[in-house]
Amino acid sequence: MSIDSPPAPAGPAADGLAAQALQRQFEETLAADHRIEPRDWMPDGYRKTLVRQIAQHAHSEIIGMQPEGDWLLSAPSLRRKAILLAKVQDEAGHGLYLYSAAETLGADRADLTDKLIEGRQKYSSIFSYPTRSYADVGVIGWLVDGAAICNQVPLCRSSYGPYARAMIRICKEESFHQRQGYELLLTMMRGTPEQQAMVQDAVDRWWWPSLMMFGPPDADSPNSAQSMAWGIKRHSNDELRQRYVDMTVPQAEFLGVTLPDPELSLDPATGRHRFGAIDWDEFRRVLAGGGPRSAERIARRRAARDDNAWVVEAATAYADKHASEPRS
Amino acid sequence: MHEETVYDALTAAHGDEARWAFGTGFDDPLAGVDTTIPEGVDPADLGGYCLMLGDDALVLSQRLTEWVTRAPELEEEVAMANIALDLLGQARLLLSRAGSAGVLGRSRERAGPGVPDEDALAYFRDAAEFRCSALVTAPDGDFAHALVRLLVASTWRLALAVRLRGSRDPVLAAIAAKAVPELTYHRDHAARWVLRLGDGTALSHRRAQDAADAVWPRTEGLFTATDVERRLAGAGVGVDPAELRDEVRDVLTRVLARAGLLLPPWPADAPPRGRAGEHGPELAPLLDRLQVVARAHPGGTW
Repeated sequence: MSIDSPPAPAGPAADGLAAQALQRQFEETLAADHRIEPRDWMPDGYRKTLVRQIAQHAHSEIIGMQPEGDWLLSAPSLRRKAILLAKVQDEAGHGLYLYSAAETLGADRADLTDKLIEGRQKYSSIFSYPTRSYADVGVIGWLVDGAAICNQVPLCRSSYGPYARAMIRICKEESFHQRQGYELLLTMMRGTPEQQAMVQDAVDRWWWPSLMMFGPPDADSPNSAQSMAWGIKRHSNDELRQRYVDMTVPQAEFLGVTLPDPELSLDPATGRHRFGAIDWDEFRRVLAGGGPRSAERIARRRAARDDNAWVVEAATAYADKHASEPRS
Repeated sequence: MHEETVYDALTAAHGDEARWAFGTGFDDPLAGVDTTIPEGVDPADLGGYCLMLGDDALVLSQRLTEWVTRAPELEEEVAMANIALDLLGQARLLLSRAGSAGVLGRSRERAGPGVPDEDALAYFRDAAEFRCSALVTAPDGDFAHALVRLLVASTWRLALAVRLRGSRDPVLAAIAAKAVPELTYHRDHAARWVLRLGDGTALSHRRAQDAADAVWPRTEGLFTATDVERRLAGAGVGVDPAELRDEVRDVLTRVLARAGLLLPPWPADAPPRGRAGEHGPELAPLLDRLQVVARAHPGGTW
C-alpha cells in the first residue's frame, strides 16, 4: 500500500506555488505548536518517518506481550494472575491504538505485521531478552515500563494529532503497569531470602538493556535532528536516558537492590548521575534480530498469523456473504 | 506537570496505603460481605458446590489464557484475555466462598500461613481434589475447538447463573448477579464466531463441525446432579443441573442451525465424574503449569 501524500491540488501553471503554500502552512502549524491532522497536507518524509516510528512502537507493544505473557499460566497467586492478564491485555490494546494511528497515515495493519514478521520493520530490542523468573515480571514493570514512560510522555505532545492522543491514553496505563511492577518487587523484597535474590538477579539482567531502550547516543542517531525539527520527537536520546537514570537510582535504593554498574555515582556539581559505558555492540546485534529470544518472538507472531489465517478468511467470507443484511 | 510526576510518584505514594496500584490491594474479594452460612445448609455442601463452579471457571480461564499472544487477530487477543479475566474473577470469589465454608482440607496446611484461601485451593490441591467438569479440562486444539467449547460452557454457565441469582446464600447470589452480564457477553462472542466459522469457508465449516463433534460428547455429565447439588437445590441454595438441560440444548441447537452446522447427537446423561475428582490425563499438566511457581516457593509472599 502506498503511503505517499495525496497530491497537492493541481492547477494550470500553479503547481510550484501551491506546493510552497502547503509547505509554509505545515511549517506554521508546527511553529505554533498546533497538531497536524490526517487530512492535512504533510511532507512525504514526515509521513514516512511517522509510519516507521508508530509501527515500530506498535510492534513493540505486541511483541512485548510475550516475555511477560510467558508467566501468565504460572503466576504465583490468582491476584497476580489477574493483574498480569489485565496488563498483557492492555498491551494488545496499545498495539491496536497505535496501528490505528498508523492507518490514519495510509498504512495498513496487516501489511505492517507482514513487515515485522519478515524482519523489514523492527521492535524494541528489550523484548528479545528472556524472562527467567517471576521477578522479571516486576522488573519489566518497573524498569522497562518506566523507561517507556520516560520515552513516551513527551510524545503526548508529538506534532501528529492521532499519535499524540494515543500516547496520552497509553502513558496513563503504562504508569499503572509500572506501579504494579514496583509493588510486586516491594512485596517480594519483604519475602524469603530466595525471593529477594530473584529480584536482584532480575535487576542485574534488565538494567543495561533498559538503558538501551532510549536508542543510540545522540552522536550516532542520524534521524533524530529531523524528527525533532518536525516535532515528532521532543528530547534527545541521551537527555531522556539521563532523566531515567536520575529517577531510577533512588527507587532502587528504596527497594533495596543494587544497580549493576560500579561506575554509577552522583555528580554533586550537577545533581545528575554518571554511569558506565553501554555495550552498543550488543544493542546493534539484538536490534538486528540476534537477541536471545528474537527468533522465538517473531516465530510466534508468524504462527499466530499463518496457523489462524483460515479464521480470518472465514470471517471475511462471512462478512461478504452477509454484507447486505442488517448487522447482527 | 504530568510529564514530571508520573514517574517520580513511585517511591512516594505507598507505605501503609495498600491500594496505590490498581488491583494490588484487594486481598479478600469477599471483604465486607456477610459470609454466614444460611440456616439448614451443610457448610461442606456449600463449599463443595463452590469448588465445582469455581474450578470450572479457573480451568476454563487457564485454557483461554493459553491463547493469549497466539490469537488470530489483536481484537481476539483482547477478547480472549477479557473473558479469561472475567472467569478468573468468578473463580476467585467462588474459591474464597469455598474457603469461608471450611472445605480447605489439607490444602490449608500445604499452603502454609499467610496464603489466602483462594490460593490455597488453586495452588495446593492435586488433580483428584479438583471438581471441574470434563467440558473445561479438554485441551483446545484449534480456534474452532476453543470457541465451540466456550459457546457450550458459557451457555451452560449463564443458564445456571441466571437461576443462582435467587440463591438463599447471599454470597452465591451476589457472585451470580455479577456473572450474568459477563457470561452473556461470553456466550454472544462465542456464538458470533461459531456463525462465522460455520458459514465462512469450506475449511472453516469443516473445522467447526469437527469441533462440535468433539465437544458434544463432553456434555454428558453436565445435566446430572450430584448428591450435593440435589440437597442444595432442595434447600434453595443451588440449582439441579437437570433443570438447565432444555434451555442449554435449545440455545445450542439454534446457534448450530444458523451456522449451517449439523447438530451432533446429544449424549445420554452420565455420572458427572469430574465432580468426583475423576479427570482425564489432560488436567494434571494444566495444574502443573498453574502451580509450579507457587509450590516452588513455600512461605513466599506475592
